Amino acid sequence: MLAQDRNRQIDRPATHRVWRTVGFPIWLYLSWYRSRTIRQKRVVWAWTFLSVPLLFYVVIRFYPTADAFWLSLHDWNLLSDMEWAGMSNFGRLAADPEFWQVFWNTFQYLLLGTPISLVIAFTIAYYLDQVRFMHGFIRALYFLPFLTTAVAMAWVWRWFYQPVPVGVFNNILAELGIAQQPFLRSTSQALPSVLAPAIWAGLGFQVIIFLAGLRAIPQSYYEAARIDGVSRLTILWEITIPLLKPTIVFLVVFSSIGFLRIFDHVFNMTTNDPGGPLNSTEPLVLMIYDTAFNGFQMGYAAAQTVVLFLVLLVVSLIQLRILRDR
Amino acid sequence: MQTARPLLLGALAGLAMGGAAGTANAVEIEYWQYFFEARVNAMDQLIEQFEAANPDITVVHRHFPYADYRTRVAAAIPAGEGPDVVQLFYGWLNDYVDAELIQPLPTDVFEPAQIEADFFPMVQAMRRDDAYFALPTAVRSLALFYNERLFEAAGLDPDAPPQTLEELVSYAEQIAETDGAGNLTTVGITMGMTAQDHHWFREILVRQFGGEPYADDYRTVTYNSEAGQAALDFYVSLMTEHEVSQIGFMDEPQAAFRAGRAGMHIDGSFRIGALERTRGLPWRVAELPAGPDGIRSNFASYWVNAITTKADAERYDAAVRFMEFVTSPEAMDLWLEVVGELPARTEAALTDENTNDPVFGPFIRGLEYAHATKFANESDQRGEMMAMVDRIVLEDQSVEDSLAQAAEAEQAILDQYYE
Repeated sequence: MLAQDRNRQIDRPATHRVWRTVGFPIWLYLSWYRSRTIRQKRVVWAWTFLSVPLLFYVVIRFYPTADAFWLSLHDWNLLSDMEWAGMSNFGRLAADPEFWQVFWNTFQYLLLGTPISLVIAFTIAYYLDQVRFMHGFIRALYFLPFLTTAVAMAWVWRWFYQPVPVGVFNNILAELGIAQQPFLRSTSQALPSVLAPAIWAGLGFQVIIFLAGLRAIPQSYYEAARIDGVSRLTILWEITIPLLKPTIVFLVVFSSIGFLRIFDHVFNMTTNDPGGPLNSTEPLVLMIYDTAFNGFQMGYAAAQTVVLFLVLLVVSLIQLRILRDR
Repeated sequence: MQTARPLLLGALAGLAMGGAAGTANAVEIEYWQYFFEARVNAMDQLIEQFEAANPDITVVHRHFPYADYRTRVAAAIPAGEGPDVVQLFYGWLNDYVDAELIQPLPTDVFEPAQIEADFFPMVQAMRRDDAYFALPTAVRSLALFYNERLFEAAGLDPDAPPQTLEELVSYAEQIAETDGAGNLTTVGITMGMTAQDHHWFREILVRQFGGEPYADDYRTVTYNSEAGQAALDFYVSLMTEHEVSQIGFMDEPQAAFRAGRAGMHIDGSFRIGALERTRGLPWRVAELPAGPDGIRSNFASYWVNAITTKADAERYDAAVRFMEFVTSPEAMDLWLEVVGELPARTEAALTDENTNDPVFGPFIRGLEYAHATKFANESDQRGEMMAMVDRIVLEDQSVEDSLAQAAEAEQAILDQYYE
């Protein structure tokens, strides 16, 4: 057989296959499209454009989420084949004392972080709202930390907390003749130490939202109250806070989710011993990261992710329920 | 539309045919490693030499950030993509063999008996049954870095670094400085299981106090013994009893040493490059001090190269030739010069020039009695070492209890992995 003939034999099925898989469906679609009415064509175009974000969400969001649930029922080290594990990953999780410590840590971030940050943010916003002098400048100053990257901020604070020759806080203490504090090297002080910059970072955003909420309250209520001679505390308690409820609900849910998912501050402030000392600062997200990308136990990490998902869901639902309407 | 269709089809058909027709004489193989500047430079130079000697082979060198290196390799090879020759950490070998990412090296070229005669003994961890699966170009070991200026300031002779653990403590005591409130401002020796100290404890201190850290090919933890307790006692006493060190001092041990605030610091040969770039730091290197009975020990680790299961036919032959080249003594000399990592062949390493080198010498002498721990999960196993010391220092747990707890926890990690 000549070489030329052989080539032809190879080429013809290849061309045919391309036609069958790509060309033919396109041709079919185009001839179908041509016979539509203008109205139908408009619908087709609408769906064509809608399909892009839809497809994006399905591929980038929903598929991985569903896959994480599926993965949590398997053992997989990324290299070998997935092995069916049933509920064993969840059983292992329930029996792991580290998990319960981490679970409690995560709630500590939530229970300390959300109320403290909201009270501080509200106080600042409440008084800032009454200030006219350099109002914009002060507001910008409060917002600045929110614009800073968490990594840079965490590292600066990490150095603040160092022992004597380096750390600012301990140097000040030493100058005043007070004993050094271990901060990040203590199982009891480490979590609040990590939380402080995280609260500080989110403060600017909360202040801005509170300010917008305060501005949205109609002045007529305040005027009426003043005419009646009501005290400032009563105005705050009976008018301002109740009318701020939508703002508070939004901030509580938003910051709760943020604190439940805290990661970058903890990771960057404790890189040498992530989540340490003795897991005292380790949140759930860090445990997931460690299990997945240091331990390569993907199934176990997925099980932890499922737990985090459920926690976030339940906490958000409870908060919406309690805070929305009564 | 009528004219667009034939054009489109023509283009697609052309694409399909182009794929079938593209076979050339030259073989192209791909080499993958993670990004570490000195190593990437060294490999570029090696590839240049290799291609000059083998004009029919082209080596494409690709590197990735360490953070996603493992993930990329794992995804690429089963898909028939990616490297023909791949770099991996010695501790990953089991995973790679089990997942069929790499194939054995041909025994006619890489004869096991010959390898065992030529390479340092810790390389034997790369052997499975009758064949080697991977070989290193270079190995790394630990040594004692010390600051000449602080030695002199404390009235110590910089030409006579500590030879025993006892001397180490007494030197550290003379170097350490405190402020008026008793806070350390200069440490005698750095401390922290986060850095290399967990290797120092497991493979060196435990052995020097008469114990064995592991048995059963690193599947059973055995350091929960009297020797282990003595070793841990010694380690913790640097901070608690002798007060010559502090965990977390200046954030990281190597940072304290580079800042000139630490008299001594145990670290690996990979630190040499960073120290050379530190201006005004008069650093020197000594062999790790010997134990109470004169026992010396060291920890070694290494990165290896292996041929992946993707390499077949002529690409396999090319990969074998490339492997031969990167494990040759010449490649090792270049690697030592460019990266500062030590040759994996005894002959290339133990030259007079190398062993008498003031910087490389102590590391190379350490290789002769070094052990390479087989980790199941290095970061978790290190985590148990950190927790062990933290429980003693932060929570006043006894050395005995904390050691027992650490041994149990590490055994659980090993069991989970080998089950």
